[in-house]
Amino acid sequence: MEHVNISTQKPTVVSMRGIVKKFPGVLANDHVDFDLFEGEIHALLGENGAGKSTLMNILAGLYKAEAGLIYLNGNPVNFNSPRDAIKAGIGMVHQHFMLVPSQTVTENILLGLEDPRFRLRLRDYEQKVADLGERFGLHVDPRAKIWQLSVGEQQRVEILKMLYRGAQVLIMDEPTAVLAPTEIEGLFKTLRSMVKEGKSIIFISHKLQEVLEISDRVTVLRRGKVTAAGIPLLNTTREELARLMVGREVLFRLEKKPLQAGEVILSVENIRAENDRGLPALNGLSLNVRRGEVVGLAGVAGNGQRELAEVITGLRKVTSGRIVVQGEDLTNQPVKIGIRRGISHVPEDRTHVGTAPNLSITDNVIMKNYNRPPIGNRWVVNAIAASKYANDLRNSYEIVVPSVATPVRLLSGGNLQRVILAREISSQPSLLVAVQPTRGLDVGAIEGVQRLLLAQREAGSAILLISEELEELLSLSDRIYVIYEGKIMGEVLDGDLEKIGLMMTGTPIEKIEAKGGA
Amino acid sequence: MTISPSKSTSRLRFPFRVQLEPRLANVPRWFPTLVSVGAIVVALLIGAVIIAIAGGNPFATYSHIAQASFGSLGVFSDTMVKAIPLMFIGLACSLAFQMRLWNIGAEGQFFMGAWGASAVVLLPILPPETPRWLFISVMILVGMACGAIWGFIPGFLKAKLQVNEIITTLMMNYIAVSWVNFFIFAIWTEGGFQMSPVFPKNAWLPRLTDLAESVPIFRGLTTHFGLILAILASVVVWFILFRSQWGYEIRLLGDNQNAARYSGISVTRNTIFVMMLSGALAGLAGMSEISGVVHRLQAAISPGYGFTGIIVAWLAKLNPFGVILVSILFGALILAGREIQPSGIPKMIQGIILVCLIASDFLLRYRVHIVRRTEE
Repeated sequence: MEHVNISTQKPTVVSMRGIVKKFPGVLANDHVDFDLFEGEIHALLGENGAGKSTLMNILAGLYKAEAGLIYLNGNPVNFNSPRDAIKAGIGMVHQHFMLVPSQTVTENILLGLEDPRFRLRLRDYEQKVADLGERFGLHVDPRAKIWQLSVGEQQRVEILKMLYRGAQVLIMDEPTAVLAPTEIEGLFKTLRSMVKEGKSIIFISHKLQEVLEISDRVTVLRRGKVTAAGIPLLNTTREELARLMVGREVLFRLEKKPLQAGEVILSVENIRAENDRGLPALNGLSLNVRRGEVVGLAGVAGNGQRELAEVITGLRKVTSGRIVVQGEDLTNQPVKIGIRRGISHVPEDRTHVGTAPNLSITDNVIMKNYNRPPIGNRWVVNAIAASKYANDLRNSYEIVVPSVATPVRLLSGGNLQRVILAREISSQPSLLVAVQPTRGLDVGAIEGVQRLLLAQREAGSAILLISEELEELLSLSDRIYVIYEGKIMGEVLDGDLEKIGLMMTGTPIEKIEAKGGA
Repeated sequence: MTISPSKSTSRLRFPFRVQLEPRLANVPRWFPTLVSVGAIVVALLIGAVIIAIAGGNPFATYSHIAQASFGSLGVFSDTMVKAIPLMFIGLACSLAFQMRLWNIGAEGQFFMGAWGASAVVLLPILPPETPRWLFISVMILVGMACGAIWGFIPGFLKAKLQVNEIITTLMMNYIAVSWVNFFIFAIWTEGGFQMSPVFPKNAWLPRLTDLAESVPIFRGLTTHFGLILAILASVVVWFILFRSQWGYEIRLLGDNQNAARYSGISVTRNTIFVMMLSGALAGLAGMSEISGVVHRLQAAISPGYGFTGIIVAWLAKLNPFGVILVSILFGALILAGREIQPSGIPKMIQGIILVCLIASDFLLRYRVHIVRRTEE
């Protein structure tokens, strides 16, 4: 083994050679090689399901590779559990935190350690934790209880936990997915300070922008294979990386045919509704969507977007106002009526609302038409018709699974979203309400979803796209409404970012225009 | 996850190590059955060891149990008699559990079903000379209706007021038992005894022994028509759950209530209907026990069928056909318990089987590797 990389003179800390890992129907890692140098931030880039997390779970001792070797500082190692890996100095911060909410930061960090053996002497350890946080710029109150912390702070606790255990190599699994933009900035600062202290970091991501910003080198995985092995970021471009990730040129500009919008399909008139806690969420909101247009709804999360989607689809009751779909008053009608009238809904929460995890793909795609021919026949579900329907959708929407009898909990995020879109779009809806349809998806999957939405626009649906991704709204929408505290601040036709930004922070369009005119 | 001896005792180390990995794919269809059968075998082995330690002869004990429950046509028939109520209640629980409604009130629904069927004879709703087919049909309907009412109440409370059905169904068991006691002590008592008069023969479910005139081998066999009803019921429940639109709604609700709501499925309506049908099936168990075995209403009509049925449903993995098989096994153990009293061995075996079967679920969720230790 070569342990010293000649070109950079940095010693190799971790070296994975020929890693193979199979999951049923998928070769998650196909002879993957991976090298991590000391003191670098190495991005592991790839689409959802490309095998990034699998590879790192093997390194962290969670999975066992079927073939391949792992060298740590040149010595072969064999981890049987995460405990072994941490002992060897490899720590992983998972996407879903593993913390005890009712305990303090320090208690969580000490959990499972042998050091405070009998007497806790929390004070001393709190000081240690505070010092460690100081050193790496990870500021958290060691005495705070986990439930009191923001997501960003909880992530810092997870990182501290690994540092406290003496981790030299830190694996961060999509750390930015849960963070707000300002918190991302803080995280990046921390990562840089850790590198200065001699730690080495593996940064798993599918977001090109972040990878370009933070990492020194990048390894790209595609369908379990390495398509770029540790190339320095200086030598590459955003377009090049995207191509390596998806395997073809990605068009960042989507082809959108000019279309004349037709008659009004959805008309929401001055509605008010409450959120789950009984507080007003929608305060006299009005908007309309016409046939053949994508109408975007921009806004900071939590300004009533979710409630609006639920009200339109019948999942939530309005306290006043009217919802008219194709000339028919559907205010406070049950969900079933909406489905019959051609309202489709791509919900924000794929796993808790959009699908039933333990049921098969077939059972999941018939959710909206199990009671209508040809699937539903009087009171029976025609199993043959259902599985034929599921197979057709699997082929036309490129859902990658060995069989439609597979439970959907085994699908990757992108595939899961395709199952939902297949179900919602194949019914040729007159109105499609899509909430965050591309959240958490990788570049290739995002593009696929956006194309499906545009194709549906051309097929004559009215589409209400609710999203927090401004770029997505700008490239897909014909018009954009901006929502703030349950009200529409105004409508933008030309994609004027400055106006949208002002409205998102609560300035009504009249004021903006009055200022502009004056 | 690794189970291995500590590293310091290197000389005493096992030559292999057990390693567990979560299963990420579906297991083949035959695998759960194989694991269940294996678990029962392991349970019997453990039971054998305990019997041996207690000074008994495991082979003799097991063969006695087998003799007592499967040894001849006569005892097998008795096994089936014990299994029939378990089948109905196992089905009742499977249906409710598929929707994650924890109906543990099958015992009470069983008693109400028995009461309803008795009321047809004793109230009386029909005169004693009513033809058998009509008598029995009405008893089935009234028994099921009474069970359904006993399921409706907790179902309604759950659906409309979010009252925990575990508590209500459990509590309503006691009400049902007291309700039946009131009638057999006070109103329908026969000569002051705590039992009703015997029903007229027209109200008895046909038994195999009734056919002895034409088929002599059936003489003395007490297996009754309830068996056919139970098998029919299992087909119906299977069809409802896995082939009908309603069953699809039930399974969807059971797996993800939000997704069901989002698909326009009414949680309220289904909660009430599923609890009613579940209660009706348990009520049918009461009816078949009264009309097929006891032929009168009395206090000791259930040795806890309503609770054993929960275990049956669980062990059958909520599969209606599995319920039939598991019921026969448990029927055999109940019968053997009577035969070789007071040793309590069948009860113990029942317990060990249960623990083993539940533990064996682990094998469905994890893959076990045995890794040879290489020279290190």
